[in-house]
Amino acid sequence: MSTLKYALFTGCTARQSTPEQMMSTMAIAEKMGIELEILEEATCCGASHLQDFDDFLSLVLNARNICYAEKRGMTMVTICNTCQLNTMMTKRRLDKDPELKARVNEKLAEVGLEYKGESEIKHFLYAIIDDFGLENLKKMVVKPLSQFNIAPFYGCHNIRPSEIHEESNGHENAYAPRSLDDLILACGGVSVNYAEKNKCCGFHAELQAPHTAAVLTGNAIMGAMDNNADWMVTPCPLCHLKLDTQYEHASKAVGREVKLPVLHMQQMIGLAFGISGKELGLQHHVSEVNFV
Amino acid sequence: MSEIKTQKITFKVFRFNSETDYLPNYIDYELEVTHEEVVLDILNRIKWGMDGSLSYRRSCRHGICGICSVKVAGKAILACKENVLSLVAAFGTELVIEPLSIKRAMKDLIIDKGDFWSKHDQIKPYLISEIEEYPETENLVTPQQAEALNEADYCIQCGACHYSCPALEINEQFIGPAAFAKAFRFEADVRDEAGNERLNIINAPEEGVWDCVKCMECAEVCPKDVNPIEKITQLHNMVFSAGVAKNNIATRHAVYFKDSIAKHGQLNEAGLVIYSEKGYGMYKHLKVGARMIAKGKAHINPFIVPKSDKMDEIAKLVKSSSSAKF
Repeated sequence: MSTLKYALFTGCTARQSTPEQMMSTMAIAEKMGIELEILEEATCCGASHLQDFDDFLSLVLNARNICYAEKRGMTMVTICNTCQLNTMMTKRRLDKDPELKARVNEKLAEVGLEYKGESEIKHFLYAIIDDFGLENLKKMVVKPLSQFNIAPFYGCHNIRPSEIHEESNGHENAYAPRSLDDLILACGGVSVNYAEKNKCCGFHAELQAPHTAAVLTGNAIMGAMDNNADWMVTPCPLCHLKLDTQYEHASKAVGREVKLPVLHMQQMIGLAFGISGKELGLQHHVSEVNFV
Repeated sequence: MSEIKTQKITFKVFRFNSETDYLPNYIDYELEVTHEEVVLDILNRIKWGMDGSLSYRRSCRHGICGICSVKVAGKAILACKENVLSLVAAFGTELVIEPLSIKRAMKDLIIDKGDFWSKHDQIKPYLISEIEEYPETENLVTPQQAEALNEADYCIQCGACHYSCPALEINEQFIGPAAFAKAFRFEADVRDEAGNERLNIINAPEEGVWDCVKCMECAEVCPKDVNPIEKITQLHNMVFSAGVAKNNIATRHAVYFKDSIAKHGQLNEAGLVIYSEKGYGMYKHLKVGARMIAKGKAHINPFIVPKSDKMDEIAKLVKSSSSAKF
């Protein structure tokens, strides 16, 4: 297999509130021989909120981020579902609307850039599945996670709307997603089926609608607990943050103690590869990871 | 002539009579299904050939009346549009058929849709306009003006998004995606003269657009591709451009992204919480914040933020591309 090279769009969260996600991404990429060139020029994607205030600015900024992947002639890899959605949504809108693309390019030209629409945009989960391959991943597993029931938590913005994602997420069915379950199985774990696995964690409404957000978080953790999960795993750092740090508000909202360790998908893979918990940043979790 | 291939499917159908039953039950019906059949064909075959007591709503059979929506395997669909074997491909050979909202079930798959209509009522789903009683000419709308509706008028009020919205499930005050799309449909209409009247309704805390959790389920589930979340975003934009955005936690939260990007390229995550909460609301986050700091998830100094490369370029772009005001 030729070396896989991607332009990594880290997003803001991996550099701030989830340092362990950055650590584990780099640790497993090195093991897998995947080269990740960080897009240091990239800005925040707007996180599905900037466009509420200024839609055009959101388009310009996301198009600019893509420009830097295009300059490198690489596929852009994201490690956050919301970055994936916002970037992909921008790409879709610009690629199908030449007039809008021209307006955005007019702005980008002021700083010497041009959005062409040449780079693919993929979440790391699907880059691993499509390009690296789960069969190859299985061969690298030295510590199968066979003693764990692992609850996959997909995160909305990797699977919905499927019209935007279908080409980059292997036509995942938003109502019956498979990718993360398959990844768990490839790591030797037991994947837990529960109704909330493709539901919303509430992250994006945490400040504006705290009760709604807390109930959603509570429901998600409760669903995993009631189906005997030992821990949860997610490809999205925002879901991780919500589930990992907000268990107290969630418990209050659903009237029951809910708490589980919530791992990033990269940490799960890292554990199966035999990488130490410290290197994967497990010490940074608020809901303690007590099984390693 | 070759034989038509069929597949044996089990349909577990929700049965309930609100007048006589305390709890619902699920009855299994086994049918041989062909590749051409839609869910409504199955319901008809059950009713006409197996169990005449099954109740459901049906009318046009052409995906335009919006009455036959039900949930199959948790997914809201139009029974007359959704092919059964495509559902089987996703969910297996045992399909659960339920009403759109179990808590609103009246008889089997029929629900009381009163809340759906009252949400529509709330957003004034009609043109608000001074119309001459005896006009001498037509009220012309150009194709470009009609395009501004962005296909919001394709909604057939089936309720698929409304009864799939998790924010509405938890907060019954929330207006919800269908009524928001309808509000947008009239706000975008060049003939409408509602001014801020309708915008103030959809801008209200707890009821309005700010309580959307952005799960994108309404866009996914809509059988007519209305994409309600896109309309919700446009309503957010209208609230700002009309100048009716109140200075509250939700609006500050949206606005802060621009300020932070102009300054750091990145979002200052701690700064976002502090700014949105206007400082004094921070007491709600102290415990979680302290835990995050202890675990190295947050910096003790919220003003230490990683910066993007090429900040001059970013600041210049933000300045020249942004026209939104708050």
